[in-house]
Amino acid sequence: MTIDEVKIGGLGASRPRVEDNRFIRGMGNYVDDIVLPDMLHMEVLRSPLAHARIRSIDVAAAWAIPGVRLVLTGEMMASRNLAWMPTLSYDTQAVLATDKVRFQGQEIACVVADDPYIAKDACEAIVVDYERLPAIVNPTQAMADGAQIIRDDKENQHDNLIFDWEVGDKEGTDSAFAEADVVSEIELHYPRSHPSPIETCGSIADFDRATSKLTVYMTTQAPHIIRAAVAMVAELPEHMIRIVSPDLGGGFGNKVPVYPGYVVSILASILLERPVKWIEDKTGNLISTGFGRDVYLRGQMALRKDGKILGVRMHTDSDHGAFFSDAQPSKFKIGLMHSAFACYDIPTAHLTARGVYTNKAPGGVAYRCSFRVTEAMFFQERMVQGAADDLGIDQAEFRRLNFVRDDDFPHRTPFGFLTDSGQYGKCLDIGLEAIGYEDFLKQKEEAKNRGRLLGIGISTMTEPLGAGNSREYDILGIKMFDSAELRVHMSGKAILRTGAKSQGQGHETTWAQIVAHELGIPADDVVVEEGDTDTAPFGMGTYASRSTPVAGAAVSMVSRKIRAKARKIAAHLLEVSEEDIDWELGRFYLRSSPDRGVTIQECAMAAYSNVPDGMEPGLENNAYYDPPNLTWPFACYIATVEVDPLTGVWDVLNVVAVDDCGVRINPMIVEGQIMGGLTEAYAMASMQFITFDNEGNCVGSNYMDYLLPTAWETPGFELHEVVTPCPHHPIGAKGIGECATVGGPAAFVNAVMDALKGTGVRNVDMPLLPDRVYEALTTSSDVSGAPPIRTD
Amino acid sequence: MYPSRFSYDAPTTVAEAIDLLRRAGGEAKVLAGGQSLVPMMKLRFASPEMLVDINNIPGLAYHSADPDGTYRIGALCRHEDLEKDAELVTQQPTIAAAAPVIADPIVRTRGTVVGSLCHADPQGDWASVMSALGGSIVAEGPSGRRSIQCAEFVNGPFQNLLEFDELAIEAFVPPPVGARSGGYLKLERRIGDFATVGVAVSVESSGDQVTRAGIGLTGVGPSTICAEAAAELLVGQDLNPETIHRAAELASEISQPRSDHRGSAAYKRHVVATFVTRILSSLELATREAA
Repeated sequence: MTIDEVKIGGLGASRPRVEDNRFIRGMGNYVDDIVLPDMLHMEVLRSPLAHARIRSIDVAAAWAIPGVRLVLTGEMMASRNLAWMPTLSYDTQAVLATDKVRFQGQEIACVVADDPYIAKDACEAIVVDYERLPAIVNPTQAMADGAQIIRDDKENQHDNLIFDWEVGDKEGTDSAFAEADVVSEIELHYPRSHPSPIETCGSIADFDRATSKLTVYMTTQAPHIIRAAVAMVAELPEHMIRIVSPDLGGGFGNKVPVYPGYVVSILASILLERPVKWIEDKTGNLISTGFGRDVYLRGQMALRKDGKILGVRMHTDSDHGAFFSDAQPSKFKIGLMHSAFACYDIPTAHLTARGVYTNKAPGGVAYRCSFRVTEAMFFQERMVQGAADDLGIDQAEFRRLNFVRDDDFPHRTPFGFLTDSGQYGKCLDIGLEAIGYEDFLKQKEEAKNRGRLLGIGISTMTEPLGAGNSREYDILGIKMFDSAELRVHMSGKAILRTGAKSQGQGHETTWAQIVAHELGIPADDVVVEEGDTDTAPFGMGTYASRSTPVAGAAVSMVSRKIRAKARKIAAHLLEVSEEDIDWELGRFYLRSSPDRGVTIQECAMAAYSNVPDGMEPGLENNAYYDPPNLTWPFACYIATVEVDPLTGVWDVLNVVAVDDCGVRINPMIVEGQIMGGLTEAYAMASMQFITFDNEGNCVGSNYMDYLLPTAWETPGFELHEVVTPCPHHPIGAKGIGECATVGGPAAFVNAVMDALKGTGVRNVDMPLLPDRVYEALTTSSDVSGAPPIRTD
Repeated sequence: MYPSRFSYDAPTTVAEAIDLLRRAGGEAKVLAGGQSLVPMMKLRFASPEMLVDINNIPGLAYHSADPDGTYRIGALCRHEDLEKDAELVTQQPTIAAAAPVIADPIVRTRGTVVGSLCHADPQGDWASVMSALGGSIVAEGPSGRRSIQCAEFVNGPFQNLLEFDELAIEAFVPPPVGARSGGYLKLERRIGDFATVGVAVSVESSGDQVTRAGIGLTGVGPSTICAEAAAELLVGQDLNPETIHRAAELASEISQPRSDHRGSAAYKRHVVATFVTRILSSLELATREAA
């Protein structure tokens, strides 16, 4: 009897999410839900100033408050060599400020007390004497002659430059530009944003005096890396550290770095020999933890009159804040910015990139983005639209002219990546058909005659997800593989653990589906656990859409190891040789007599009760997977908008998304990821940004100022798909978690710019707030840069 | 949230509430919906020593019209109560237009209209609406009740004319002279955002003549602005495009917006004019051609 794979929750089943049962009933187990006996509470005092020398810190009044157990300052951390810690990008970051504060919200002191109210009161009682210094809030100021040096703590730092990096072929690109008929230029800014998970960061450090073992419950997307980092920073032996990442209320990259609050709570627990809980408040999260983007681009395209792109030049200036703590693969200073233009057949390209320190929060994390790929694809698609307009070629046609052809794989991208598959033209055609492209162009013309402004924007791209192969990808030298461990119990039920860590992606649901696909064990019979470094195999964690490409592949591979052993057991049970049996989902059978067979469950029971002579009992294994390449999902996003010329308000009319993420494990979850991504894309395009005034004050420190779209504003999305299996992934899947966030923003911005076409406006930088659109329209000029804090 | 230490009392009568306020000597805050006060306490921008929770006082949750047309909103009437009142569209069109755009649905279920008026946020919507309607606040203190015109009630950002031992009991709108029409338009960056610009317009008319008008502006000055000249210009006129245009210009001129991250002063001024025009032009009273 053949098992129906969808019925057992295998590949392609839109199985309801297992974890939702507890999430939607308020029964999740987040860090703040955990209460340990004798637990104390920690609060962080943050700097109100962006740049200032610390003259003195007086903590006497804080100590005097009843219930205060510990007050820690930078000076006290320094005496234990813990005032500074390494970052993920080979820089250093202050744990608690000693010499200076370098951004508003920087951690200055911590108070541990009997309850959070007392801790907060005591923080307010700490008196800090500051000497104000001028604040630097953008790369231009940072690189200006005579600019205040932010990192004067570093011996060899004589300016605010972090790196000056390049990639690509300069000479080849120069000659492409020499041959060009037309050079299209654009300057863009991708504003600073914040991943803003609903759950903020937090930890409970529990140092057990009896065993000398440190357990830390922590909001982290990468518990195993954190264990290594804690071992390094706290100088504790790695085997005496257990990191537990329980349910996470979102991450989006924000929960990859190590934050001062974690480190101080650990020290406090060691000193006090009691559990210490630290839960960041929303403002603390928004102003001090890993942000996204904040990159300026100068882009140029060399074009032939007939529409062919001959070459591309990009220069980026990126603002990393006070400490270079980007989470990114070690060897690429500006992440995978050079993955731009991968879907286009372009002979040559050159990228130069400078990174600078500013008096802003550190932690350029990949906010739902595979290492700066969001910026890369946004810049690419804005440049492409500019080029099509400059040539006077239809924007869809211009893309079609330059796409890599379906039969031209593997394809070397202009910056040297190797893509392995794609059907970009088909993807675009489905999108154009769905949005009704030709009809809309007619409507747009008619509307224009009546004074209404309609626009259509396209964004097409392929992006590298799933870092990555060990030749090129590491974080602090640790290669970016991932792992899975599968234990099949005697009843055929199983527990699976991986080195990844779900933050809402639904791993408990989808990993079980991969096991069901490989072994025929119903997904409901597989429990998935992640996030406890004492039980889960080592892995690099979940970010950069790497879980399915890497950990998901490991789940397949470990299932296949289990199947290989089960096959030997099956041969033993059927009393034939292994060569005589075949596999169908969930069952081995005799090739010559298909009715005679044993199920995977029967093999499991035999593994504990009747193994062949010489075979180890049990049915458990693990797999470490080093992917041969990145996966290259691709997509086409199209948005139509109407702009109100009297207010600058723009409404989204329709959005079509066509995604190819290869084989879909759980189509419902994939669709959820795409809709979530499109929502964030719309947010970036329309409202979401963090900005700073000239004194370095952060505007965007709470949800009144940092705007997240609600169900009310968010438009509806129409989803379509193309399926091109990844040629090297065991089940043909590719990453999908970030595609729409990455590719979506340009569709919205291109649509608004299309509506403004003919008014002399070439660019309005995100977010396209109504006043910026109105200003562009009425002045017929571009509105560029970070939204300024203009005050009369 | 971890606010500063405070004491809490929940009286069941107005007299008791007033007595608590009196005894606290100015260190108490009244808790009605708490949708502004509680976030401010969370951020420790407000650290009252005492909260006087009036939610247990019966008989304050009303919103109703007297036989003479006076419209009354009790101290515990929630924004949502008005939003869900289908009759309001004809009775009080300006209030009906504003109610669904106050903050977000969560805030509207708890927040109160009178509480919002007392909070006196320059970006609050209700002050413009009530000023345009010529409404008043009724305050009760140890020495009895008094009425204060909404247009005068707010005397600065987050400041009002209540004495520390007075409780705002209700807001009321006087009966119209003739037929009532009006509207409220709000430019916000997202649901729940404060108004970049809010414009409340109330028009009372007899035949095609405006008998009384009020225009209130939100978010474009240190506190709510009554565009009196613009409103007076409408009285005795019919709503023709030229009159509307002049009223819009006057309203725009009297606004005092600041440039900030919500937009430039010039932009906000322009939106004031656009909104005044849009509301007036949308009224049934508006004529297509200039007279």
